[in-house]
Amino acid sequence: MGLASFLKSRLLPADLEAQIDRIRKPIGSLGYDPWGYNNEAIKYGFSVTRQIYEKYFRVQADGVENIPAEGPVLIIANHSGQLPLDGLLIGYALASRAENPRIPRAMIERFFPTVPWLGNLLNEMGAVLGDPVNCAKMLENNEAVIVFPEGVRGSGKLYRDRYQLKRFGNGFMHLAMKYNATIVPVGVVGCEETIPAIANIKPLANALGVPYVPVALPVIFPAKVHLNFGPPMHFDNAEIPEESVTERVEAVKAEISRLIDKGLSERKRLF
Amino acid sequence: MTTKRRPHILVTGAAGALAQQVIHRLKKTCDLVAVDFREQVYLGDDIPSYCIDFNKRVFEDLFRRYQFDGVIHLGRILSSQLTRMRRYNANVLGTQKLLDLSEKYGIRRVIVLSTYHVYGAVAYNPALIDESAPLKSAGLSADLVDSVELENLANIYLWRYPELNITILRPCNIVGPGVRNSMSSLLGSERAPVLAGFSPMMQFIHIDDMADAIVLAWQKPVKGVFNVAPQDWVAYQQALKLCGCRKMPLPSVPPVIPKAISKILNLRSFPPYLLSFFKYPVVIDGRAFSREFGFTPKRPLKDIFWYYQNNKNPV
Repeated sequence: MGLASFLKSRLLPADLEAQIDRIRKPIGSLGYDPWGYNNEAIKYGFSVTRQIYEKYFRVQADGVENIPAEGPVLIIANHSGQLPLDGLLIGYALASRAENPRIPRAMIERFFPTVPWLGNLLNEMGAVLGDPVNCAKMLENNEAVIVFPEGVRGSGKLYRDRYQLKRFGNGFMHLAMKYNATIVPVGVVGCEETIPAIANIKPLANALGVPYVPVALPVIFPAKVHLNFGPPMHFDNAEIPEESVTERVEAVKAEISRLIDKGLSERKRLF
Repeated sequence: MTTKRRPHILVTGAAGALAQQVIHRLKKTCDLVAVDFREQVYLGDDIPSYCIDFNKRVFEDLFRRYQFDGVIHLGRILSSQLTRMRRYNANVLGTQKLLDLSEKYGIRRVIVLSTYHVYGAVAYNPALIDESAPLKSAGLSADLVDSVELENLANIYLWRYPELNITILRPCNIVGPGVRNSMSSLLGSERAPVLAGFSPMMQFIHIDDMADAIVLAWQKPVKGVFNVAPQDWVAYQQALKLCGCRKMPLPSVPPVIPKAISKILNLRSFPPYLLSFFKYPVVIDGRAFSREFGFTPKRPLKDIFWYYQNNKNPV
């Protein structure tokens, strides 16, 4: 047995491989899709994430069955904790559910593709550059897409602002309306405590060309994470003014706020 | 009683493998004339072949003599060939001359071969770029300006002279036996440079499939701009692996370093102005062409890579 196949047998239990293989993705003959998702790489990602999800953050996910088994879906969540861990955990929750698992796609910050290794790694795991064209084409492909409408405003916020929702962009609502996608709101509780930041060094961030440089300890704390998936929401594709679109976005935001409060009240302690 | 006249077609870029594949497919039903900017090639006794600069006056004599019905313009000087100035003259001014003559001599079908390079490789590219996306390449490198200009020119003629029935094809990487572009020489080499930490998604089309696509476009005079690419994708470094190439990683950040290395070592198949194509993906959507012309590529990626694996350093 070669080293590669030995490592594979240790890292990839058969049940896990079967779990991924039964999720049918629209991929080409070599296991890739147009956005760089790779069916082999995701198995390793899934295996590593299982440890992070179950052992490190001991995630408690409620209502993951609210995500429809098929068709275009937008999973809308609050963003927090400097690193996109929340996207990873939501993705794992859906990919590992017993009935009708799906591998969702996460829309990521525009600066990731410029980072060597990390950019490609995220692409192979199904993450995609957060561009409206990408999102539209994926909804056309009947994918489930994770979107954080707060963007860097959410992930880069400081510890003192935790669980305060920042402004939501309206882009996701336009896409949901146009492609008749179901919206599933998610309240993420716990990620705020993983990397508590007390300040953001803006000049350094500008110099490096990254969205923010947090002042934080160089550790990721093992906070217990609660994911609360809300009931699916549907919006028709009526010709409505932008103000009404914003009202719809506010309705989703209010639902996420409710789910966050639910998570906070369920939480017994931070770790 | 007169028999139906066989269509007369001018095929440019005759020295290239793609033009020869197209000629091979069309010679049974059409009378072909082959021209090339670079060299005169022998294509059989029944196909006149010329080495002509489109900007010379004698070029017009061909139009007078053969009374063409269609033009298949494959003779684009690749960005890795000649100097920027000579490329501009050949690709932009030469194409303008060709289109002017086509209009003057009442040609009814023109096919222009472009490239996916016109979209430009930038970090913010979405995948499955369709034909209406902006052509960012001109802003990224002066060496790709002629490719974009050629397209702009063809587009202007497309609208100004609708009777020319111009179709512009933007294929992904054309590879396979006989292809001499930079991607083909990378896949055919023993060692190929890569930018460390970057392995963008790429698309490859077999030269035989591309020739089929051009023949289909000739048979159905629908004008417009079309991407040509199969619905299959692979990461660059994985493609090299499947072709049996050893990777030669170059430091990738900051971007001036790989550019300097490429310039100093004079890497012909990895030139400085194409480096961003090895860093960021340019994945095009070829579905519009497939739908309109009923095109289905027949050679899978595995066959393409198998060829390169077994034909290192092709003649």
